[in-house]
Amino acid sequence: MTTVTMTVNGKSVSAPAEGRTLLAQYLREGLQLTGTHIGCDTSQCGACVVLVDGRAVKSCSVLAMDMDGAEVTTIEGMTNPDGSLGTIQQAFQDHHGLQCGFCTPGMVMAAAALLSENPKPTEAEVRHYLEGNICRCTGYHNIVKAVLAASGQDVGSLGAVAAE
Amino acid sequence: MYAFDFVKPASLDEAVAALGQEGAQPLSGGQTLLASMKQRLNAPDVLVSLRGIAALKGVSREGDALVIGAATTHATVAAEAASDYPGLAALAGQIGDPSVRNMGTLGGSLANNDPSACYPAGVLGSGATVVTNRREIAADDFFQGMFTTALEEGEIITSVRFPIPQKAAYAKFLQPASRFALTAAYVAKFADGVRVAITGASEEGVFRWAEAEAALASDFRPEALDGLSVPADGMIGDLHGTPAYRAHLVGVMTRRAVAAAG
Repeated sequence: MTTVTMTVNGKSVSAPAEGRTLLAQYLREGLQLTGTHIGCDTSQCGACVVLVDGRAVKSCSVLAMDMDGAEVTTIEGMTNPDGSLGTIQQAFQDHHGLQCGFCTPGMVMAAAALLSENPKPTEAEVRHYLEGNICRCTGYHNIVKAVLAASGQDVGSLGAVAAE
Repeated sequence: MYAFDFVKPASLDEAVAALGQEGAQPLSGGQTLLASMKQRLNAPDVLVSLRGIAALKGVSREGDALVIGAATTHATVAAEAASDYPGLAALAGQIGDPSVRNMGTLGGSLANNDPSACYPAGVLGSGATVVTNRREIAADDFFQGMFTTALEEGEIITSVRFPIPQKAAYAKFLQPASRFALTAAYVAKFADGVRVAITGASEEGVFRWAEAEAALASDFRPEALDGLSVPADGMIGDLHGTPAYRAHLVGVMTRRAVAAAG
């Protein structure tokens, strides 16, 4: 075991890791941050997406030791300082962008990465960016709507089953 | 996952030394390697991360060529090669999904040489040179069949030198579940000829379509390919497509790439 140190959600944290410890396991088991979900464990589904140095990565396909010293943001870091839901999280609630909620942490983190690169994405850009995140419940339309709403755009004209 | 040792050297020399250990293998972005280790398709005893070696990263213009460090991510290539070599940048921007592109690297993709990967088509179609810690390897010599390359034990790709064509485009028929190419074509037009590289189709991995290259050299239009086709023999057949379907796609995607290159 080696001690791996990262900055997670703004705080410097340390926990033991083996060579084989995935970033997702380090967060969930080492730091008890279980908001990051492991769905497929093969980098297909995107439930485990977190931000590493500001960029979206699939934490099930990254080794914790390789991320020593990195700055990581997880779903737990997306709330406002007073603990209330952050803008993207609130938009998911307001627009019914989740049903079972399993994919939601990854969706929110991918959306955060998109909006930091592209603050006013088009509907097509949102759909394209979320192509590595799979949702079995919603049919995606309300997720796309929530991300557009979180970007401050008017989504009143978007039906529940809009567009292509 | 099974237990293995992990080392992260800060220099190429240290990485080469670490790879001298029994059962050691380099780890770049890990977007294929870690998944295949979970499935025990690959089981190295030691992983040598190349992510800490600054000299392996970056995109730079050197005369008529674009040189890309082997540990440069697809996302970085998509962004930083866009002005010098837009065809290649567009290819990099179509690999996997955004999260995969933030980790996966050029060198990792080439060393793996998946028969349906995108980068082998861009490298072979550009007539690029693969630079390692030991030598320079022409793309025509580098790819040696499915998951097989000219790389020797302990040899690390350090960079790839791409001659910049007059025009180039990549046309990918996406396999939407894997996000690999069901079949894709990379077409590049140079002053002295045209190169056409096909991925996702042949059981031998990426290959050049010589007949199409000859036809396009004298007439760089999609119509120049009318009447040309590749045999279904030796094409990949799986639940996503038959060999005949992939052979057909070779023609379709090459035409689309020529049209996109303009």
